[in-house]
Amino acid sequence: MAASEKSRELAATGARERAAGYLVGRHRFRPAEALPWLLAIAAFFLFPDRMTFGNQALIMVMFALSLDLILGYAGIVSLGHAAFFGVGAYTVGLLIARLDWSEPLSSLLAAAMLSGLIGFVTGWFILRYRGLTVIMLTLATAIMLQEAGNLRSDISGGYDGLPGLVISPLFGIFDYDLYGHVNYLYVLGVLAVIFYMVRRIVYSPFGQALTGIRENVRRMHAIGSPVHRRLVTVYTISAAIAGVAGALFTQTNAYVTLTVFDFDNSAKVMVMLILGGTGRLYGAFIGAVVYMMLEDHLSKLSPTFWQFGIGLLLILAVLFAPRGLLGLVEEISRKSWRRGRAGAARRLIWKGEHWTVLAGSAVDGAAIGFIVGFAANFGQAHLLSEYIASLPGRALAFTCFGALVATAINAIYLAFTSRAAAEDRGS
Amino acid sequence: MTAAALEVRGLNRNFGALKVTRDVDLTLERGARRALIGPNGAGKTTLVNLITGLLNPSSGKVVLGGQDITALSQAQRARRGIARTFQINQLFRGLTVLENLCLAVGERDGHCNNLWRATGARRVVIDEALDYLAALRIVDDALKLVRELPYGRQRLVEIAIALAQKPRVLLLDEPAAGVPSSETHLILDVVANLDPDIAILIIEHDMDVVFRFARKITVLVAGAIFTEGTPQEIMANEQVRAVYLGQEGHRVGGGVRHG
Repeated sequence: MAASEKSRELAATGARERAAGYLVGRHRFRPAEALPWLLAIAAFFLFPDRMTFGNQALIMVMFALSLDLILGYAGIVSLGHAAFFGVGAYTVGLLIARLDWSEPLSSLLAAAMLSGLIGFVTGWFILRYRGLTVIMLTLATAIMLQEAGNLRSDISGGYDGLPGLVISPLFGIFDYDLYGHVNYLYVLGVLAVIFYMVRRIVYSPFGQALTGIRENVRRMHAIGSPVHRRLVTVYTISAAIAGVAGALFTQTNAYVTLTVFDFDNSAKVMVMLILGGTGRLYGAFIGAVVYMMLEDHLSKLSPTFWQFGIGLLLILAVLFAPRGLLGLVEEISRKSWRRGRAGAARRLIWKGEHWTVLAGSAVDGAAIGFIVGFAANFGQAHLLSEYIASLPGRALAFTCFGALVATAINAIYLAFTSRAAAEDRGS
Repeated sequence: MTAAALEVRGLNRNFGALKVTRDVDLTLERGARRALIGPNGAGKTTLVNLITGLLNPSSGKVVLGGQDITALSQAQRARRGIARTFQINQLFRGLTVLENLCLAVGERDGHCNNLWRATGARRVVIDEALDYLAALRIVDDALKLVRELPYGRQRLVEIAIALAQKPRVLLLDEPAAGVPSSETHLILDVVANLDPDIAILIIEHDMDVVFRFARKITVLVAGAIFTEGTPQEIMANEQVRAVYLGQEGHRVGGGVRHG
């Protein structure tokens, strides 16, 4: 939000108009928003042999998006969001396995409705509380559903799950192929629809009220907001979306087991969201995709210890980008807008001595360079050996280059500002 | 005969064995300008919390415009016309000032039930929100995040939000608390010029402000109403002087502030 930046420009005249203009224009689509969608479509053509990965990534984006609605906007911390993912996944699975209902779109709708219903009922009770109690109760929801499935393994298939589910052709025409091409476009289409809905909600007065609840629930009560109703509403919507993501998961994999309810699944989606940035819509995209890519690569590098890499990244993100990767990007672009590109790195790190600033920008540039190098590698190396062989050189080059550029820019900037400061003192 | 704006009848509140509010009767007429004073710990804020529904009374009732609202929640009471400011700011710190106001207007008129139409598409709401900011002369801060504002300005936002609720009864809990003395006049000017139709109850320690603003003063001591009267009567009351006005830091006319 470039709020404070804009307010400084406000002169006495036209102050009202500009203030109003900010809110009036805020919900309009910006060109940059096309980027993730274009990338998703480009991926379809560039990496046709990686559609399975693409499908999983898009599903996780949707799952993370559903969590963002309650966590990022309404401030509800849930460690059991897999409950709704699981309900959606099992709705589709059971419809096919037990009722022989395999039409994809109507199954999605059924999954949304059932998980939404369970979200509504559990949310009604859970959302009377706040903080830790909510975390524990959401956790309990997922565990209880998992145990219920375990108890009636004659229906759910237990931990062996429901294998070999066959889905009917999409619209009765397009068959799901082995490589997931049709499925990729199908999932992308559903994601686009869901995203549009979430985006409308986020920019609506209702969405505003949710951020109000997140920011200060006491004040919301005082201005007459029906807080419980708002929270249950958004929890229900979020549950329904998570259910759709789960349904797509089953349709994509053609099987489902009780592991969808695992705590791992709830935790994973939260890590993704925090990594990408909460409360900013596209954070779900960046977080889920980066996480999935890392998981893919690190698990190839070290099948046993790959989670260490994820953990390290999460710690780094919390330390240096507390508002997620997207928050970091926004910060950089906002700051550079305000005082030139160099100011970005400077303000971003510490407001300390010059050497700290320079060292900081070097580290920062190196990190960005490394990520770019890392990403550049993705999609080109198909074999582990190939990947390991190519990574050090390329990543190192990018890292050094990033560090060098950031440091140089900052050095120039500092020279300028210290001279300006000297002039200020002189006058 | 028209009903009083706000009536409190036989209100009690106990925290365990501790009686923080005892048999309080209070009537605010329409357009009342009432000050509630009393030593620290007299239960002034508790009384406001009981009236707004943040706390439930142990016994007694709260009547708004002839309607018993004792059983209603805080939000329901707010929608019926009770607004308050808090002793310590309760604002949406991560949102802009304008968004803070839009929320108050939006919740008042039920716009916030809308999940589909963008906030920015309702120009009426934005314009009204800006009107309240203009009235308090803080339009220039409209796009600043609340947490970036100096505390005194934040106090004004607090008042603006309460006004945006279009209240019938307004409860101001030390509106100038925590504000540097160079800026208190800003807030006190605003308070002095509020809509004459709103019944206002103000908790304030500064006796200058109290005597200038209030047409009637209620003195609360140890949770019970000690006495009530016009500023002249209160000033002349020896007992009040003994329990309250004589205390250090509350010199009449001295203008000594504390937060």
